[in-house]
Amino acid sequence: MTMSDTRTPELTGGALKRQLGRALRRQKLRALMLIAPLLIFIFVGFLMPIVSMLMRSVENNIVVETLPQTIAALDSWDVDSTELPPEPVFRALVADLQVAIENRTALNLARRMNFEAAGWTTMMRRAQREMPDWDLETDGPFRERVLDLHRDWGALETWRSLKAYSSPYTTGYYLAAVDLTMVSGHVEAVPDNQALHLMLFWRTAWMSGLICFMTLILGYPVAFLLANIKERHANLLLILVLLPFWTSLLVRTSSWKVLLQDQGVVNQFLVWIGLVADDNRLTMINNKFGVIVAMTQILLPFMILPLYSVMKTIPPSYVRAAKSLGANDWIAFWRVYFPQSVPGIGAGAILVFIMAVGYYITPELVGGPSGMFISNRIAHQWYVSGNWGLVGALGTILLLAVLVLYWVYDRVVGIDNVKLG
Amino acid sequence: MALPTYASPLQRIWYYAFRVICGLIFFYLMFPILVIIPLSFNAQDFFTFTPEMLALDPDGFSLKHYRDFFTNPDWQLATRNSLTIAPMATLISVSLGTLAAIGLSQSHVPFKRAIMAVLISPMIVPLIISAAGMYFFFSAIGLQGTYWGVVLSHAILGIPFVIITVTATLVGFDRSLTRAAASMGAGPVRTFFKVQLPLILPGVISGSLFAFITSFDEVVVVIFVGSAAQKTLPWQMFIGLREQISPTILAVATLMVGLSILLLATLEMLRRRNERMRGLSAA
Repeated sequence: MTMSDTRTPELTGGALKRQLGRALRRQKLRALMLIAPLLIFIFVGFLMPIVSMLMRSVENNIVVETLPQTIAALDSWDVDSTELPPEPVFRALVADLQVAIENRTALNLARRMNFEAAGWTTMMRRAQREMPDWDLETDGPFRERVLDLHRDWGALETWRSLKAYSSPYTTGYYLAAVDLTMVSGHVEAVPDNQALHLMLFWRTAWMSGLICFMTLILGYPVAFLLANIKERHANLLLILVLLPFWTSLLVRTSSWKVLLQDQGVVNQFLVWIGLVADDNRLTMINNKFGVIVAMTQILLPFMILPLYSVMKTIPPSYVRAAKSLGANDWIAFWRVYFPQSVPGIGAGAILVFIMAVGYYITPELVGGPSGMFISNRIAHQWYVSGNWGLVGALGTILLLAVLVLYWVYDRVVGIDNVKLG
Repeated sequence: MALPTYASPLQRIWYYAFRVICGLIFFYLMFPILVIIPLSFNAQDFFTFTPEMLALDPDGFSLKHYRDFFTNPDWQLATRNSLTIAPMATLISVSLGTLAAIGLSQSHVPFKRAIMAVLISPMIVPLIISAAGMYFFFSAIGLQGTYWGVVLSHAILGIPFVIITVTATLVGFDRSLTRAAASMGAGPVRTFFKVQLPLILPGVISGSLFAFITSFDEVVVVIFVGSAAQKTLPWQMFIGLREQISPTILAVATLMVGLSILLLATLEMLRRRNERMRGLSAA
């Protein structure tokens, strides 16, 4: 509102209200205009891409687009039937595959179906060699010819899984993300030797929990010390917390890799003091131990800093009062000091847990197969298998877990209360 | 927390034991960072202290890993990339982030909490998910494997830090100063650059340091969004650690620790300056 507005003499109650309303609207609009560029940037460049990536977890166009006639013909075939589909289905298959081979999409189909059951690449390669020469009008019936091509065409499983994964939207990737499959036409558990995801989700959760607990056990005394000594000394000691915080994650991970190796500094020291025999060095890397040790050290500052900022505000007079009323040191701490530090514990613990659950680099470099987290599996599915649907499904589950924690964090701490350094 | 003169022997023991425990925890925090510094001067291609090094024999030490870093074209390309990507990403996230933080600090912002949650989300979403999402997006708009693709994706990752630090500074900002400037005839742009920006500068600078280090440190997103031509220092380190671990990594790590000490010192200076300024205005 400018000066001239308020000085206008004919302003009566209603008009003033209107003018104030307009000024407020203008103020809101100005604030939103300042925020808008960034909000649009984050929305277009971050949120939408993630949502659309996660949507891949339900999209399943390949099967129905490559084999439209076959899928239509399979409609009347019952998945529980013990008979192979009838001749029209095989004829439709040949027609579809001839088009697919012509358009070079046959191998995409094989790749898609291979995510569910092995063997489709060979089936498609053979089809690619033979089928283009077949004449749809004169060379029938096709059932025997297709069966001769590859014996898997004669397996009920092949047709059942084709039917199960034929809809344009599928829950198949989510089933795969929790170790279930539909290859037999019905939802069932995958064989034990292939079940991996639930175990990895569980491992990610309990190891993150343990790391979170370790940072609390180690961070609490340090934060307590920092909050209860002279500020000059506290600022100096704080540097010992902030320097690791500012040091590159890669640097810290690589130094743990160097430290924990068979020939590394820790083993060298243990051998030197005679605790470990030279030919019997400890295996501290490429296992869970390495991940826990390294990640606890890496995430420790994220526990100490929120704890410290809460503890700094706890007045020492409460503990003194408790002691003067006859409490011993332990009771004064446990019944008076500790409850006041709980908000800091909540803030630090959720923060560390959220960060740990999504960790990729450290488990990848010091974890080995037994220390792998769910993020590593997602990356593996991306690089090695190219199974983007499964990446989306695993990612959605992980993201949902993180968002729930984010929501809790917002309740407990408030995202506008996050402090750094 | 000084030890009172009437403390019992048990309290005395606990007092010192507690300090020893804290000392050990500080050791655990710092040792991995400090140990790579002497190791990077190893004359051998080992990752442990050689007998010569422990005897402080000058022959046990050398600068050969540093020499390798400064002459190897892979490392040189990675350094150049890191030094061109991070500042540009910082510039984008700081300029957009500061504007948005100022908008958010106004008194009547609709959906403030929701907007804040969206702007902070890049910090919360697991990197592997962000990376996969941004890969598809930047491929679709033709920026995958380009300098600008990496810069924009890193700018997004840096934004939460700018928002957090700048909003924190704005909490203590006296709004009557901008009103005073406006009442004396300064336009919004002039008010911003002459009055508001100088006052919130410490927050903006520490936000940009965070944004810079975020980009400078980042490896997951750049692997997805970038191509070999955008290989950054952390990426090169990541490859080195995963495949054939070479001691040059230790030299690089030492240099990067030097960089973080520099950043930390800058932040500390800003904090002290801020405290002094507050002390002045209170007096």
